[in-house]
Amino acid sequence: MSPDSTVAARGAAPPHELREDLRLVASMIAAGARLLDVGCGDGELLSHLVHYKDVDGRGMELSQSGVNACVRHGLSVIQGDADNDLDAYPTGAFDFVVLSQTLQATRNPRRVVNNLVRIGRHAIVSFPNFGHWRIRLDLLLWGRMPMTQLLSAPWYETPNIHLCTIRDFLALCTSDGIKVERSITLDRWGRPFRLNAQGGLANLLAEQGLFLLSRQ
Amino acid sequence: MAGTWSLAMRPLSPWGAAVPMFHGMSGMSITVPSPTRIAPETDRPGFRLRVAEPIRLDSGVVLGPYTIAYQTYGRLNAERTNAILICHALTGDQYVAEPHPVTGKPGWWDTLAGPGKVLDTERYFLICANVLGGCMGSTGPLEINPETGKPWGLSFPVITIGDMVRAQHRLLDHLGIETLFCVIGGSMGGMQVLQWAASYPERVFAAVPIAAAARHSAQNIAFHEVGRQAIMADPNWCGGNYLELDRRPERGLAVARMAAHITYLSEPALHRKFGRNLQDRQGVTYGFDADFQVENYLRHQGISFVERFDANSYLYITRACDYFDLAAEHGNVLANAFRGTRTRFCVISFTSDWLYPTSESRAVVHALNAIAANVSFVEVETDKGHDAFLLEEPEFFATLRGFLDGCAEHRGLTRA
Repeated sequence: MSPDSTVAARGAAPPHELREDLRLVASMIAAGARLLDVGCGDGELLSHLVHYKDVDGRGMELSQSGVNACVRHGLSVIQGDADNDLDAYPTGAFDFVVLSQTLQATRNPRRVVNNLVRIGRHAIVSFPNFGHWRIRLDLLLWGRMPMTQLLSAPWYETPNIHLCTIRDFLALCTSDGIKVERSITLDRWGRPFRLNAQGGLANLLAEQGLFLLSRQ
Repeated sequence: MAGTWSLAMRPLSPWGAAVPMFHGMSGMSITVPSPTRIAPETDRPGFRLRVAEPIRLDSGVVLGPYTIAYQTYGRLNAERTNAILICHALTGDQYVAEPHPVTGKPGWWDTLAGPGKVLDTERYFLICANVLGGCMGSTGPLEINPETGKPWGLSFPVITIGDMVRAQHRLLDHLGIETLFCVIGGSMGGMQVLQWAASYPERVFAAVPIAAAARHSAQNIAFHEVGRQAIMADPNWCGGNYLELDRRPERGLAVARMAAHITYLSEPALHRKFGRNLQDRQGVTYGFDADFQVENYLRHQGISFVERFDANSYLYITRACDYFDLAAEHGNVLANAFRGTRTRFCVISFTSDWLYPTSESRAVVHALNAIAANVSFVEVETDKGHDAFLLEEPEFFATLRGFLDGCAEHRGLTRA
């Protein structure tokens, strides 16, 4: 399986137009901040923030082709992955650490999330919500592993090994003392919609969750 | 076979110390660069800086005055912000982007450096100095010891990568370059890059160590020892005294080169290039002639090397590599070598390089991450082994070009 096939492939949108959910992430990041984008793909978000928000940005990406594309474009990116390469970073090294649509593909999501809020003063995490009604219904009606626009690979070749619901994720944050500063529910195109993201309805209606976290 | 070895060789004359260009220049002075071409009796291109103030070597020995032979390409801009220092590898020299004055072959980084190329001489000012201990004009065992009037030979002090970098640092002072835009080099050149970044972080805006390591591994040391033993086993080596006796340990040096050359290639590259193909014959000859193409190739590599390299120099420079261990100088924590650095790093390795494998580069990257340094890391997919850093590798070139462009933007360097 190619490491390029992480879920929602990043960089699908033309370079001048930031993908909807990334635009939302970008809006949360202060100008001039120190940023680490974990799983930065071909550098779409990083490039935008470095050029338009004067961010001191670094990236980490698993796929060699992604890394090479980033460095070719003058971005500071290393080849590495969230499971193995976050430990080396010192505490509080960045203002923001971003992990977009990658958490469910890590081997040890708990350690990764804790690393994110350790390395960054803030962490921004987004992931597909496995509690969405369509997924629940799929499994209930057809008895097959659900496949959606966000989770498009069949079970035997999906990189997503640790899928969770929004409620699961919030429970992990509570148990590990991670403060949820902001939570946003997104539809399948990454557009935010008005709903209390920490409520039970969000867990049923949101296709993705986006969270701004910090260490308590 | 005997005929092969008796190939005529251009004498390696100790021409270096004879023509000091900058008498009394203390190296510390910041002056407008006005280096003169080396004296006409030596027809080699480039410049030479005579540093009067002695250098204290890591071994404790004080050496000096000494000479640094160097070459430059392109023009230094008015702000003196566009200088790139190229650090050459074990058997390289300062002739980066022009025909080699001894062999006539293209410069060793001719593919990368020149007008419009990645190391663009229309945009950057390239400097490359022959390392201390080298044999292309910088002070080394081949040169005359002014105290004895004889070649240094083995009385030359053992030098280290740190000593090489200290000498280059003097050269920069002489050239009036406060901050290098970039220090770049492969293999032993990459070690010098790391040493530069650790020793003089404020003078290095960007650093590119390629196919390198922060320390020499046991395997690296072992291969070097084979080379050294081959040289010392040659009866013409004469305890290192061969220059005085007008002899040359050519066979030993050639064998050292042959063994080393294998480590620069990968098994698939060797197989692709030669396989088990025979050299100009239909079948094996049941003897020890060079039946196979790969044998012939290695012999050629060995013979052409002795034309341009001094055996004692080979001993000294391999030793300098062996002694290199950047973490050891910093309490065995590599990250400490770079603490507080503002240098932008681009670490590059090659998948099939087993001499300086990716794991060594990754160790450098992890150390830089541990201090949240600005670092890029690319592993280039290639089957060409360690030598890939000298070859035209599109992915490698594109990476380097992108990194340098990004740095130039941050440095405020405009295009020429």
